[in-house]
Amino acid sequence: MEQKNITSKIKEKFGESVLEITEFRGDVSLSVTPNKIVEIAEFLKNDEDLQFVMCKDVTAIDWATRKNRFTIVYHVYSFKNNFNLRIKATISEDPPVIDSVTSVWRSANWYERETYDMYGINFRNHPDLRRMYMPEGFEYHPLRKEFPVLGIPGSLPLPEKPE
Amino acid sequence: MGLEAKLTQDGFITTTIDAIIAWARKSSVWPMPMGISCCAIEMIASADPKYDLARFGSEVMRFTPRQCDLMIVAGTVTYKMAQVVRRIYDQMPEPKWVIAMGACTSSGGMYRSYNVVQGIDQFLPVDVYTAGCPPRPENLINAVMTIQQKIAKTRARDFQDKPLLELQNR
Repeated sequence: MEQKNITSKIKEKFGESVLEITEFRGDVSLSVTPNKIVEIAEFLKNDEDLQFVMCKDVTAIDWATRKNRFTIVYHVYSFKNNFNLRIKATISEDPPVIDSVTSVWRSANWYERETYDMYGINFRNHPDLRRMYMPEGFEYHPLRKEFPVLGIPGSLPLPEKPE
Repeated sequence: MGLEAKLTQDGFITTTIDAIIAWARKSSVWPMPMGISCCAIEMIASADPKYDLARFGSEVMRFTPRQCDLMIVAGTVTYKMAQVVRRIYDQMPEPKWVIAMGACTSSGGMYRSYNVVQGIDQFLPVDVYTAGCPPRPENLINAVMTIQQKIAKTRARDFQDKPLLELQNR
């Protein structure tokens, strides 16, 4: 399937839920409404012609000052068409919640945990939403723009110096 | 020039217990290779035949802290890893020494970030800091030799187990 056919097929199926389709140097991005993300993911994976079976990455962008603060970014790949696709869904800060796509792509499990850890985005229906890198009980989300680079003093426990 | 020269003369030497224990200790410093990141590669290189840490009695890298008296912390220590490093340090028997190998362990190095401890001296008593990113093997060998000089000045009674001292004084 050609790129034009892929994008038009998705646009045809979901109509207004697909907000924007952009292309930059051969990379195609799809902006979608966040409440339709699981439906779209299911379609992309299970459609005979598309078969985006591989979820390579899930991450987020913190726009800091925008009204809709966070954009969740998914990178998926179709072996059948040798085609990469980027899906973006923008959500507001209050509350930062989006549906989990682990039911579609199991590999999204740890990516979503990482995104939760770093940005504090809650993935609804995620089977095991724990922190990935930071210790349990850590109160902040380090990749948010308001978090200082050197961290918050005393927020991470350190063993006491002997003697 | 060594001990055998003494043997051909009178057949005995005079020394102090402190001196001979310190001499024995400094001649066989067994390192605990706490190789956390890239500095570990240079640490391995310093033990291989080209640089040969064995010349200074420190070739016996033990992977159990219970047999070591020198911890070479070689690599970036994150806050999460700090707990592990400290736990391993606690398992080493007294007396023990610590080398902070490289920029990361000495000061956080290029990782001026929330997740990296900005110098392991915040939670460990460091004896020798080593500059470099990573330090050359010669530099690490120099650090071990500095530790040896430090050990040579110690007195055996400084390291008696505290519980044992309490027993003796009872």
